[in-house]
Amino acid sequence: MSEHEQFAEDLALYALDGLAGEERLNLERHLATCAACRLELEQLRGDGALLALSTMGPKPPLRARQRLLDAVAKEAAALPTLRQAQGRLSRAKNAREIGHASAGPRRSWWGVLGWAATAAVIVFAASLWKENSALKQSLASASAQAAQSTQELEDLRRIAAPIIAPEAQRITLVALKTPPQPQGKAFYLRNRSSLVFVANNMPPLPPQKAYELWLIPAQGAPIPAGVFKPDAHGSATVVNPPLPAGMEAKAFAITVENEAGATTPTMPIVMMGTGE
Amino acid sequence: MKSGDQSALAEIYDRYSSVVYAVALRVLGDTGAAEDVLQEVFLQLWKNPGAFDAARGSLGAWLAVITRNRAIDSLRRRRPETDIEDVIVSVAPDLASEADRSRAAQKVRGVLGTMPPAQRIALEMAYFEGMSHSEIAGKTGEPLGTIKTRIRAGLMALRKAFQT
Repeated sequence: MSEHEQFAEDLALYALDGLAGEERLNLERHLATCAACRLELEQLRGDGALLALSTMGPKPPLRARQRLLDAVAKEAAALPTLRQAQGRLSRAKNAREIGHASAGPRRSWWGVLGWAATAAVIVFAASLWKENSALKQSLASASAQAAQSTQELEDLRRIAAPIIAPEAQRITLVALKTPPQPQGKAFYLRNRSSLVFVANNMPPLPPQKAYELWLIPAQGAPIPAGVFKPDAHGSATVVNPPLPAGMEAKAFAITVENEAGATTPTMPIVMMGTGE
Repeated sequence: MKSGDQSALAEIYDRYSSVVYAVALRVLGDTGAAEDVLQEVFLQLWKNPGAFDAARGSLGAWLAVITRNRAIDSLRRRRPETDIEDVIVSVAPDLASEADRSRAAQKVRGVLGTMPPAQRIALEMAYFEGMSHSEIAGKTGEPLGTIKTRIRAGLMALRKAFQT
């Protein structure tokens, strides 16, 4: 019996979650390397779904609907990136049953941002760095003060270096069994027009394209805030791009543009976030 | 923005809640438990809209599979074996409307009716009771290999009915 024949029956059981132990492990190992079997598994799940869909029964109690919407409203109050959920749900709804690829890119743009308070230190460091450079120029060449500034600048460079240096190792930690999602974190100090943006797991782009970061003000058009391309690992940074003074940022967004960047964003928005 | 989210979910709920509830109830046999699974499935979908890949299949079929899996997990009091993001379901029939689903359901019941009883029983035990092949073999007194073959044959019979 060929390997595939052997796995055919196991696949059917696996599709129904009925395979266990050694057989399950062997099959999962095989599935990791066999696209044909993975496809067959999806189809077997579909065949099983037909069984489920043929089930007849009473309709759910009316109160269940309101109970769900109440639970959802509670969740909505706690989440920072609802716009993405809305877009994705609408696409899922609109894609109907016929398996159109109109639902957009396969990867979920739902980013989970959970970085520690060290982030605040980086913003502060970046802004101090900028201020310190200006300060250094305008101060008299009193050697004690100059020495202190240099020392502070050195300290700040050291703090910021792991974030900004191209050779720095970037590690994304996610909850176990979750595939890495594109993530972006923008740190913005309005009164210093100081912006540091760090991204992970960004999908690669075709040769003449780049991502562009936008500052979305409370009123008026989005403001260009830096053009970037991810490296081989999907990481990218934007540090202190030129920005108009004192802009209030309602949100930040990313679009895909030509390499040279654009002055107005080209839809669609691929990532977005509002303040926490 | 909030009302936009909720109306999308409400539409999906209105379209598929009866399928989800029926599957949950069939597996669990208890209306309270079925209602809990119903809540859980839709709330999960709302929290993880990316888990469903619309390019690859039908939302109804996906929901039915997720519901069945969750209900079985609840029935067997075990932790979920598969993350919902790992589940991809390809379904042949077009199930866009209530009428289509109703026709498909009738066809499936027809296939089940003409299936050899031992095959149908094995399939239903595996599907609606989440029994493993060794448990089914134990209960029916049939060899393991036979059970595996029957389950696969049962699923293929369903598939074939929709291929013509």
